[in-house]
Amino acid sequence: MITPNDTLDTLGLFCPIPVILTSRRIKQMPLDQVLEVLSDDEGIRKDMPAWCKNSGNELLDLIQEGRVFKCYVRRKR
Amino acid sequence: MTMVYLDYISASPLLPQAKAAMLPYLTEQFGNPQSRHGYGDAPRAAIAAARLQVANLIGAAPEEMIFTASGSEANNLAIRGVVAAGQRKGRHLITSVIEHLSVTHPMKRLEQEGYDVTWLPVDPVGRVNPNDVAQAIRPDTLLVSLLHANNEIGTIQPIAEIADITQAADVLFHTDAVGSIGVVPFDVNRLGVDLASLAAPSFYGPKGAGALYVRRGTRIASLIDGGVQEGGRRAGTENVAAIVGMGVAAEAAQMRIYADTAHFLPLRDRLIDGLLKTIDRIHLTGDRTMRLPHIASFAVEYVDGVALTRQLEKRGIIAASGSSCSADALKISPVLTAMGFPANVAQGAIVFSLGRETTDTDISQVLSAMPECVAALRAASPLFSRQGAVE
Repeated sequence: MITPNDTLDTLGLFCPIPVILTSRRIKQMPLDQVLEVLSDDEGIRKDMPAWCKNSGNELLDLIQEGRVFKCYVRRKR
Repeated sequence: MTMVYLDYISASPLLPQAKAAMLPYLTEQFGNPQSRHGYGDAPRAAIAAARLQVANLIGAAPEEMIFTASGSEANNLAIRGVVAAGQRKGRHLITSVIEHLSVTHPMKRLEQEGYDVTWLPVDPVGRVNPNDVAQAIRPDTLLVSLLHANNEIGTIQPIAEIADITQAADVLFHTDAVGSIGVVPFDVNRLGVDLASLAAPSFYGPKGAGALYVRRGTRIASLIDGGVQEGGRRAGTENVAAIVGMGVAAEAAQMRIYADTAHFLPLRDRLIDGLLKTIDRIHLTGDRTMRLPHIASFAVEYVDGVALTRQLEKRGIIAASGSSCSADALKISPVLTAMGFPANVAQGAIVFSLGRETTDTDISQVLSAMPECVAALRAASPLFSRQGAVE
């Protein structure tokens, strides 16, 4: 069970908006803290891992609970 | 260092005459245009004058214009408004895979609500095939929405040809012309469109001002209810200053549109030809001739587009890598992907957009800086030293 330091609610928004908001929010967090991102857009399954890889941040987990995807991103840079 | 600004598609400076015309409505003329006492008179008259100026720019009647706060709002209003007003006719819409997010996202939301959306492909220069539109139209099609010109690649779509098809099929046709109106001649009757979106910043007007053209007789529901403004189709006290500024900028754009094009074309073509000649493995993106006159767009192999914009900025040149709205997403441009560019080429996207202030000296500066910037980035790229240098 991951305990996030902060949560970003992007429910109802379509990709790539959730990823852009993640990029902006995580830059305001200290290194090694974990951001939880909530999304209900299927596109997040591809976009969040791709963004984490390109941006050098760590995707700890991406889980689906009903229609909601929960991404856990650790700020690495 | 004097900067060479070549990102006019993201923002252009406010026309001085527009600013001067706006100031009274930010100060002494503060009245509400809907007030029936004397304080409402001047703002109401100013909005009426601006409505005529904006309508004239596109050959429309003033009562066919709805003022909005942005091009994005105009796109949302066109799509959601037509769907809400025409629900009994059908549940099918047609658009393309290279639209702005303010078209694709309303379409995706309608898909979630049970509407059918056909996403048309584009050819290698980013053009929609009119035959694809004809084949996609069904008896229950409500609306076709296609870009007039894409900002990332400059390609202008065959809108008039597509309008012939939609008219024959009795289907409404909306075009997102935010990047075109005020830059290239645009006449709603010659093109035959039913709805068209525009935004003031594209033609040196203020941010916060846009409009939707709605052909007389076209049914459209409002997105914002609760007021008589804009004929009841867009409630909310009017942004008088922004509307006035847009009107003045529209009139100026109409008067100088051919002069602007004559200014842009030799500069743009010198930039395109020069870069294609001096840089190895660079591709022009979009159509060579049917493109916006102020856009030179490329994909450079073995280079990251965002890194390239940073290199250029260090040398005093401002350009963009794809759309300014989605730069943070670090995604390969969906537009270039849809045109068939492989990911390793599409990631080297770079867009120069020229303005009225752009000079021949500016172009010379880009032509001399670009090869050095590209070489520097490639020298640092392990991929280029492994593959590119030996090919």
